[in-house]
Amino acid sequence: MILVVPSLIITLMYFMFQNAPHRPGAPTPFNNACLIMLGVFPLIVMFLITSITMQRERVSGTLERILTTPLRRLDLLAAYGTAFSIAAAAQATLACLVSYVFLGLDTAGSPILVFTIAIINAVLGVGLGLLCSAFARTEFQAVQFMPVVIAPQLLLCGIIVPRDVLPEWLQLISNVLPASYALEALQQVGAYSEPTAIAVRDIAVVIGFAVVALCLAAATLRRRTP
Amino acid sequence: MMSSSSDELLRTGVEPAIEVQNLRVIRGKRVALEDISVQIARGTITGLLGPSGCGKTTLMRSIVGTQIIAEGTVTVLGHPAGSAELRHRVGYVTQDPTIYNDLRIIDNARYFAALYGTDSQAADEAVSAVGLDDHRTALCSNLSGGQRTRVSLACALVARPDLLVLDEPTVGLDPVLRVDLWDQFHQIARRGTTLLVSSHVMDEADHCGDLLLMREGHLLAHTTPTKLREDTGCQSLEEAFLSVIRHSTAAAAG
Repeated sequence: MILVVPSLIITLMYFMFQNAPHRPGAPTPFNNACLIMLGVFPLIVMFLITSITMQRERVSGTLERILTTPLRRLDLLAAYGTAFSIAAAAQATLACLVSYVFLGLDTAGSPILVFTIAIINAVLGVGLGLLCSAFARTEFQAVQFMPVVIAPQLLLCGIIVPRDVLPEWLQLISNVLPASYALEALQQVGAYSEPTAIAVRDIAVVIGFAVVALCLAAATLRRRTP
Repeated sequence: MMSSSSDELLRTGVEPAIEVQNLRVIRGKRVALEDISVQIARGTITGLLGPSGCGKTTLMRSIVGTQIIAEGTVTVLGHPAGSAELRHRVGYVTQDPTIYNDLRIIDNARYFAALYGTDSQAADEAVSAVGLDDHRTALCSNLSGGQRTRVSLACALVARPDLLVLDEPTVGLDPVLRVDLWDQFHQIARRGTTLLVSSHVMDEADHCGDLLLMREGHLLAHTTPTKLREDTGCQSLEEAFLSVIRHSTAAAAG
């Protein structure tokens, strides 16, 4: 399910936009939307999966038990990070293939760059999910973190209202949310054939957010608890 | 079947497996453990007994090193509790089986073997040791409560630990299974492992070489089943424990 759902939704969007009018010469509305989805899906799906899995580990006591073994905390995070990122990579590969080959997605920049940004978004989702799992007492609460953490990022990242027409205080908030940078990077790749300086900076920023989230998550894994 | 008591072993000058000194633990706003000092000799089976909520689990967690302690020291196998060298030498089985229900028995054991850095042969041996050879490929979510307890035990045995801390491993099990498990504990002890087993059922005390009696965060007595009977003049250990409690309450009041 985790593999095919994003591809199916992108396909659904393709048909949604089929009769939508667009100016000749400009990229189709589907093109823009599809690009956004390729970036957003890994973030949402990985956030959900990681936060719930990790929350289960914490509540069932397996986490405490794992932390009594010689395992290092960073190993644990790296293992989770890789396992989920592989799933994310498979998902993104499929979604990119479907979009580019069957649905006629066209980007000026390289599809590999789109794919890379999707994976980085997935790692960001894993980091945020691991972090949020520390604050959820039940799986039910873990799910509720999704609207809290993900929704504002999507609203303010420029999908619905371009960032430069947002009120100034919302722009400031938007500036400190990772999804804004992820989306900007995708739009840059969509518009320019060579990786632009802005795209490279944005990718670096998203990686930075992911690393910070993972480190904060590591700090919530305590061997000793009260 | 009695293993030797720690008094004899400690007198011979062998370094104890566990040494707790003036341990004090606060959980929330309550004092969970107050001034606990005890030595447990290597190779013994020590029963940690007392009513539920008396601090058994907290003491065990302090020994395993997952509990933040307020005062005192806990030394395990010559190292401070919870230090890195101990993590592959101490096995801990929590009260609720902490296993992955969506994995098979053998995969649970292999996973923990990987965490402890032992091989898959250790996983096979551990599953055999708890008598689950016939079910090794069964999914853990389909197992009965007793079987899950044994899988949890196997996940600790894969480490071939020198100290095994078991929190109420026989609670809620039928008598046949309990006898079975105690046989396994004795086998493990004969291989040189020190066992610390908690229970709130006094009739299990006869399986242990040593007894620690606890109540409301205090250690009432460190004794053996025989000595406990002699001291209190009671035949049933249940009665004997109650008599110890009465004495300690009377002493506190006087």
